[in-house]
Amino acid sequence: MSPLDSDIAHLLAGSMVLLSFLLLYQDRMFALLNVFALHACALACSVAWQAYLQRAPHLFITALIALLFKGVIIPVALRRIVVRLGIHRSLDTVVSIGPTMLFGIALVGLSIVVMLPVTQSESEFVREDLAFALSVVLLGFLMMVTRRNAVSQVIGFMSLENGLVLAASGARGMPLVVEISVAFSVLIAFIVVGIFLFRIRERFDTVDLRALDLSRGETP
Amino acid sequence: MSYDWLIQLAQTALVLALAPLLSGVTRKIRARLLRRQGPSVLQPYRDLLKLIRKETVIAENASWLFRAAPYLILATTWVAAALVPTFATGLSSLDAAADIIVIVALLGTARFLLALAGLDVGTSFGGIGASREMLFASLAEPAMLMAVFTLSLFAGSTQLSSISAYMLGPGYSVNISLALALVALIIVSIGENARIPVDNPATHLELTMVHEAMILEYSGRHLAVIEAAAAVKLLLYLSLIACVFTPWGTAVAGAGALAYAIGLIAWAIKLAALAFLLVVFETAIAKMRVFRVPEFLGIALMLGLLATILLFVAKVSR
Repeated sequence: MSPLDSDIAHLLAGSMVLLSFLLLYQDRMFALLNVFALHACALACSVAWQAYLQRAPHLFITALIALLFKGVIIPVALRRIVVRLGIHRSLDTVVSIGPTMLFGIALVGLSIVVMLPVTQSESEFVREDLAFALSVVLLGFLMMVTRRNAVSQVIGFMSLENGLVLAASGARGMPLVVEISVAFSVLIAFIVVGIFLFRIRERFDTVDLRALDLSRGETP
Repeated sequence: MSYDWLIQLAQTALVLALAPLLSGVTRKIRARLLRRQGPSVLQPYRDLLKLIRKETVIAENASWLFRAAPYLILATTWVAAALVPTFATGLSSLDAAADIIVIVALLGTARFLLALAGLDVGTSFGGIGASREMLFASLAEPAMLMAVFTLSLFAGSTQLSSISAYMLGPGYSVNISLALALVALIIVSIGENARIPVDNPATHLELTMVHEAMILEYSGRHLAVIEAAAAVKLLLYLSLIACVFTPWGTAVAGAGALAYAIGLIAWAIKLAALAFLLVVFETAIAKMRVFRVPEFLGIALMLGLLATILLFVAKVSR
């Protein structure tokens, strides 16, 4: 395996971490959707590169699924939902962007500290991939925690799932059936969430999730 | 040995001599992109000459610091710029001192003096400019240091000439940390040179100005010196980016006259290209609100941190 190959793998997986940070930074709805589409494209490239390196053709299908579903269909559908609901202006964050970024950096550090010692016997690809995938997952969680808007929480969830696929592509021997079922379950989750969005909107006239807390009788 | 000294001296002189030309070129490109004719590229020289000939007005309650600051600012900036390899690297005379951290420190000194001078007269504009400059600096400086740190982790040295040589040789690879460091450095240089998304270098009339607010009380030759220092600073940042990220064509020490000539031409082309890109970016973007600027510079800091972390992963896992 030449150094260039591993450099490109590093580049693609690292760019996913970077795009996760961009997702955290965005405060406009459409820009957020665009960055999410880019995130999925980076995932597709990364998985395709793994497929080429590992000579594993089924990973190409995974890459294609990522590109089609998460790079095209879900962003387009989310954009239509956002336009329909007329919520393209509001992106409320719980914590302001600066501390969120610092917290994100800390999470990346944490995932590296956790992953690198655990995977000592593995090859460098697996180690890097797993460290980056864990940070993408944690950043997805962070995004879900720090956003009040339901649509951006959906995006946090989807980016988290991208991180899972990245981890799966690095670890050899993940069967295709599992990946396809994961992809479809995400799609179904997306549909359910979309229906919920409309329901929340119908009932509370907003997609701000604080309204749900109030309705449950909790004080925010 | 004496030959190297001569080249180093030439480089030092060239940095000061060409700096106004560079800012003239950026203004000209900007004017053409806005479909204006624009002044000649030599206009900054004429401006400087005019300012030097004019009477210097000094506020009554200005201290010695106010008068000394412009010269100190120019001196520190000029020394920093002379340390950056422009058309030739590895010149023996200043090589040991041409440390990128020294450059950051010299620029920090210049900034400190400028902020003091802004506060000295006691006008509200100077004060607000100084406080904003310090606010931005508190993010821009660590960001710059993180980018520097990434580069020196790559090259195993904080000396610019060895970083440049490393990039020219085995170091140039497709690496995300390098790209992140480059973007961080670009953001920092935009912020430090008071270019458009952060500050507008062409106006004295905006309430959001930072750099111009600090030098509002200056006139005559003091103003000329400060403007020259600002031009040198722009040249410094562009040369720094050029020498680290596009090291091709730079002459190494002890090469013949032909290599130096090639290095000179390559440097001119790189600077022109970078100036063009800078101006295209400037014309494409609107100025930010002042309170957005810390976020913008915070991005540079975050990118620098991320670059270091990713590099660490790559180094440890191999």
